[in-house]
Amino acid sequence: MNTKNMEHLKSLTIPQLLRWRVNSTGGKVALREKDFGCWNNYTWNQYYDFVRKVSLGLSQIGFNKGDVIALIGDNIPEMLFVALGAQALGGISAGIYQTTMPDEIAQLLKYLKATVVFCNDQEQVDKIVEVRDRVPLVKKVIYENPRGMRDYKTDDWFMFIENVYEIGEKVHSENPDLFESSVDSGKPDDACHLCLTSGTTGLPKGTILTHKNYISMGLQITQVDSLEPTDEYVSFLPFAWIGEQMNSFGVAMATGITINFPESVETAMEDLKEIGPHFMFGAPRIYETIRSQIWLKIDESYWLNRKLYNYFIKIGEKAATYRMIGQRMPLGLRFKSWLGYQIIFRPLINQIGFLRLRRAYTGGAALGPELFTFYQAIGVNLKQIYGQTEIVGIAYMHRDGDVRPDTVGKPLPETQCKISDTGEILSKSPCVTPGYFEMPEKTEALLEGGWLHSGDAGYIDEDGHLIVIDRLSDVMHNKAGEMFSPMFLENKLKFSPYIKEAVIFGDKRDFVAALINIDPIVVGKWAEDRGISYTTFMGLSAKPEVAQLVNEQVAEINSRAEKEHFRIKRFAVLYKLLDMDDGELTKTGKIRRKFVKEKYEDLYQALYEEGLSEKEVEAFFQYQDGQSTTVKTKICFYTMEGF
Amino acid sequence: MTTLSIDNVTLTFGGLNALSDVNMTLEPGLITSIIGPNGAGKTSILNCISGFYHPTTGEIRYGDNRLTHASPHQVTKLGIARAFQNLELFSGLSVLDNLMLARHTNLKYNFFQAMIYVGKASQIEAENRAYVEDVIDFMELEPYRKSTVGNLAYGNQKRVEVARALTLDPRLLLLDEPMAGMNIEEKEDIVRFVMEIKKERNTTIILVEHDLGVVMDISDQIYVLDFGEVIGSGTPEEVASNAKVIEAYIGED
Repeated sequence: MNTKNMEHLKSLTIPQLLRWRVNSTGGKVALREKDFGCWNNYTWNQYYDFVRKVSLGLSQIGFNKGDVIALIGDNIPEMLFVALGAQALGGISAGIYQTTMPDEIAQLLKYLKATVVFCNDQEQVDKIVEVRDRVPLVKKVIYENPRGMRDYKTDDWFMFIENVYEIGEKVHSENPDLFESSVDSGKPDDACHLCLTSGTTGLPKGTILTHKNYISMGLQITQVDSLEPTDEYVSFLPFAWIGEQMNSFGVAMATGITINFPESVETAMEDLKEIGPHFMFGAPRIYETIRSQIWLKIDESYWLNRKLYNYFIKIGEKAATYRMIGQRMPLGLRFKSWLGYQIIFRPLINQIGFLRLRRAYTGGAALGPELFTFYQAIGVNLKQIYGQTEIVGIAYMHRDGDVRPDTVGKPLPETQCKISDTGEILSKSPCVTPGYFEMPEKTEALLEGGWLHSGDAGYIDEDGHLIVIDRLSDVMHNKAGEMFSPMFLENKLKFSPYIKEAVIFGDKRDFVAALINIDPIVVGKWAEDRGISYTTFMGLSAKPEVAQLVNEQVAEINSRAEKEHFRIKRFAVLYKLLDMDDGELTKTGKIRRKFVKEKYEDLYQALYEEGLSEKEVEAFFQYQDGQSTTVKTKICFYTMEGF
Repeated sequence: MTTLSIDNVTLTFGGLNALSDVNMTLEPGLITSIIGPNGAGKTSILNCISGFYHPTTGEIRYGDNRLTHASPHQVTKLGIARAFQNLELFSGLSVLDNLMLARHTNLKYNFFQAMIYVGKASQIEAENRAYVEDVIDFMELEPYRKSTVGNLAYGNQKRVEVARALTLDPRLLLLDEPMAGMNIEEKEDIVRFVMEIKKERNTTIILVEHDLGVVMDISDQIYVLDFGEVIGSGTPEEVASNAKVIEAYIGED
């Protein structure tokens, strides 16, 4: 696609862009949703009709220019109808993660000054009901799935989306020009969405993003990696995350690709197989999970498959090193890697739904270098992206044939990069946010000197690649003052299939220590194969054999440590999986290091009590329904050899 | 809406009275629970209603229809479906196939139409599939649609069992210990489903269940059986304060 001709799109708003899209490929499928086992299509024309209905419907319930509508729920086409409908009125949409607890929802709605809330189902509506008296500004709660809403029907605070459509349709028939003129009145620099930052510290901040921010992003990406209108995309990331809106607001409308919505969150991976997308975005976690599954399946497969896999994965890895830097392979290797792709990797990636995938992007957190090699080896073009919510998700990206696992690639077109005196990464581009919602001081700090301050430490190498070290605030120094990055070490640990999550400590300490979460599935299978019996995750974690297994993994990583002080001296296997609901991880799966350290203070202290090999601790569990229990358990601490 | 009445039903096996002179009236649109110690005759009542057993004396009526001597398939046609205590599913088939099979009473086409499979046969199959998909959505079984039932976790198999009963579009649903062997979370799920079946699908429910907490929470009406006799009945509050019931459950002082 010729992107040069698309510059004029930057002067549009998102609803205007939708209208432009309708005029160019109106009859083509824009959205597809699986429901009752069937894929249902919405063309661009239908998409536009729904947006019009919602928009006019919203205007009748008192939603005006500049008002905020909060969206909570799983990804469904209606989410886009509502978001764009509000934006067409000059309103601002805001996504809230569907896993957010009622108390936090109340705080967020208050902060965002939301006047209307859109929920996909009763689960979300119930949360709003719980905090109803704390959100007096909310005029209406619109819901999409009427199931279980019987008791709410008499209360006019709630509104079924079909009724919004009806009202909108009626207004349209009375005044057919109203919608078009309200779309016309939008300006590209108007705010259109408030995107919540992941909130590694405290309540999330609402990043104001304009129409121009999103559309520029859509155009910048497609200048680097072009997309065809026939391409498919599967929407399985949380809508509240910038990575998802970037596609549905910016990329999809600029390029005309089809967005596919899975039947439910649980079926997303199955639905991905059915669609076979051409490109996908994901947090490292997704790629880690898929790789674990591949390893598990290969392990369970019959001997010939295993032999072939084990032989060709080495060939593939070798070939990947050439492919990633865009060099020609020697003839023999080229033939062998072709053969491996045909007889084992092609069928393998077809099984995961990656066969048509031209590009897979990972972002949100760092990914172990070995993972890149792995995916490139099996024929999946996995690339790193880097950016912040404040710059619409992406500012740096690997180019095809220039994939270096240790870097995050080069800046996108129109993006400038600079490293500050303190080593902070600064960026400038048309995608940079005008600031945080109602937080002038934080905005000023963010955009000081006209540059976007990322808060990450990094440097640019001689080839122009950006290398991110860690959060500026997360970089640690040991007692001797030597610097190290806990995230870097954690990622190394997490590359082991047996380790799901790891937390590294060592700030102002003599040595580095780790709390480790084993992977319940892989280690579970490993234990079964060896006749080690266990009942719960807690039980499995406490097995001495498992500790031995982890010990081997840590020893392996220590032996490859770049610097002496990177080596992990002591570790313990944690009895529970770190979880978002318990506040140990952010909604995007990053570790809340400080919180974890405080919560497991006992363990932290014991890690640095060198003679100690076991300790009795109280484990506290909070269930989803609010009940909690406390269990006494014994935790063992292990000291690595060779120190 | 149809009322189910059980009048003076006695069921004997040789010399043993499984049920003696049982009287119950089950109002439409309510959840009626039958509780009692092991061997009290709870499942026997369900067996009598669903036509697996026939009462020795007495009468069972569903509206104007007599069920006393009806066979299971005749009972099914009246809109009475049952989810079994021990799963009665085809464990080698997929969830979808199990549910489609349960729609067999709706297969209103003949052998030859099925051979040609155009017109009526394919249309009826499509309708059945649509209905089954509706149940899959209702019971939130989407992730397991194509999974083999035998490979599912026990709690999910139980859910399929309830779904299988629902695919018959019952007016009256018999649930025999749907929560046995489940953990707290799975139980909460099933309770939610039972409540929704009642509200959203307007189905009358007879629930046989051991978990008293659940029974007291969700029942509109409770019958307590002991040694084949009804020893107490009424709302949960009434039953909880009934001296005979307390004696049967806790024993004499």
